[in-house]
Amino acid sequence: MEGVNGKKVGHLCENISSFVRQCIFSILSVGPVPSHIAFIMDGNRRYSKKQNLLDGNGHRAGFSALINMLKYCYELGVKYITVYAFSIDNFKRRPEEVVSLMKLMQEKIDELTKEESIVNRLGIRIYFQGNLKLLSDHVRLAAERAMVKTSGNSKAILSICVAYTSTDEIVHAVQESCEEKWDEIRKLDVNNDGSNLIRLEENVKDKNEHRIGVTNVDRHMYMSVCPDPDIIIRTSGATRLSNFLLWQSSHCLLYSPAALWPEIGLRHLIWVILDFQRNYLYLKEKKKQS
Amino acid sequence: MGSLLNFIIYRIRNSMGLGNEVQKILSWTSVCGNLVLHLVWLILHLIINVWYSVLGIARMVEEARETSKVLELLCWLASVGLKSICLYDREGVLKKSQTAIIEGLNKSQKAIVEGSDHGTLVEKHVDLEFVSFADSKPAVAKAANLLFAKHYASTKPEKPNFTESDMSEALQAVGYGGPEPDLLFVYGPVRCHMGFPAWRIRYTEIVHMGTLKSMEFGSLLKAIHKFTKVHQNYGQ
Repeated sequence: MEGVNGKKVGHLCENISSFVRQCIFSILSVGPVPSHIAFIMDGNRRYSKKQNLLDGNGHRAGFSALINMLKYCYELGVKYITVYAFSIDNFKRRPEEVVSLMKLMQEKIDELTKEESIVNRLGIRIYFQGNLKLLSDHVRLAAERAMVKTSGNSKAILSICVAYTSTDEIVHAVQESCEEKWDEIRKLDVNNDGSNLIRLEENVKDKNEHRIGVTNVDRHMYMSVCPDPDIIIRTSGATRLSNFLLWQSSHCLLYSPAALWPEIGLRHLIWVILDFQRNYLYLKEKKKQS
Repeated sequence: MGSLLNFIIYRIRNSMGLGNEVQKILSWTSVCGNLVLHLVWLILHLIINVWYSVLGIARMVEEARETSKVLELLCWLASVGLKSICLYDREGVLKKSQTAIIEGLNKSQKAIVEGSDHGTLVEKHVDLEFVSFADSKPAVAKAANLLFAKHYASTKPEKPNFTESDMSEALQAVGYGGPEPDLLFVYGPVRCHMGFPAWRIRYTEIVHMGTLKSMEFGSLLKAIHKFTKVHQNYGQ
């Protein structure tokens, strides 16, 4: 009986906070709403130490914070959300920690793709961005399954950056651009006698011959499925981007609240949205000039 | 809330077959509701703008044209002991004024030496670099072309596997290599790096200093002092 009453009270509190949230978001929606917010989820291990949790539970608390942020962004009307889940640099951590993180990642990926999960209820499509070949087979297959299972969702896009760094992304995009150019040139070789290719060999030695442009490289970025982020939020007060979205963040508002990632809440999101709206015209003008 | 209110009013209007007077009242309710939302939003932003004014951060553009302020900043940085400074503005205004800026800095450094009460004071040598957006994404495209020429020029190329070292070398070769700054001070209305060369800010601490007009030596010292306490794991 008490359990049932407790559930009812819990349900009522949730409904009230949801209503209050809707009111706040309605006010914020009077101004421009960012279309893409990215998060660097920093501080899970420090949170775990701070709260005297067992190893790994900080990351679990971080996952709950991620789901909350996902919900708030969706309710506000943010169409693209990107999170920095695992950097290529993170492979340098202790092997036990990397294995534990990979297990947790696989567990959470499978949870996210269940029918009743928030991702499917809200119609969110998932992309895993990064050098996925660096992941273990289990995790990579789970990621690929998740991308296929959610490919029919179209209300919002969640990009999860794993085995990712910006510099690796740039190198990958440059390589793909070179491959694309090479294929284009070979297709133009109508005579099939290699004459075009021989001319190419002479021409490419001239360093002023620019065949690959910024748009070519742009098109081959992992993150080309989304527009550039409007806001990047890094928790724990750190002011660096740690090799995350460096190419895409030219006109992006950077925000570094002191809260650890599992402590991030609605108030942080409201604050950064207001700051974004304050500076919207300036950033829009700068984007236009580029 | 605004659209929810409109939706509820629409459904009431259509399902209850209400008279014209009641429908007018509902329309007015919808309009008033939206006005209230707009008013609350405006008041919220007014409070925030007042708060930021108190903090001394004003909206200013065209920071790069404030050459005298840039010179003053450079002198401060040199006095603190910084040996290598990179000045970035997207449009390349500072690049165009680099001769004047270097001359101005040399004059002020000489003035410090000549005005010194103590015997000889070693002139502080500062490496100055001027960078614009051309050194950013277009530089990567140029490096890509170099890599293409190097690895795809032969008629039967083996598929290469580019590495970050290849990319760094290519950027260096096309004239766009440079050190990674430890600290990036952003002078302007927004904390945003404005397209600073991506390859060079992997682990750079990006600090918003407000506008050049409102810059203070104390804030600069505070930011540098805070940087000295930063501990980076580099992903570990």
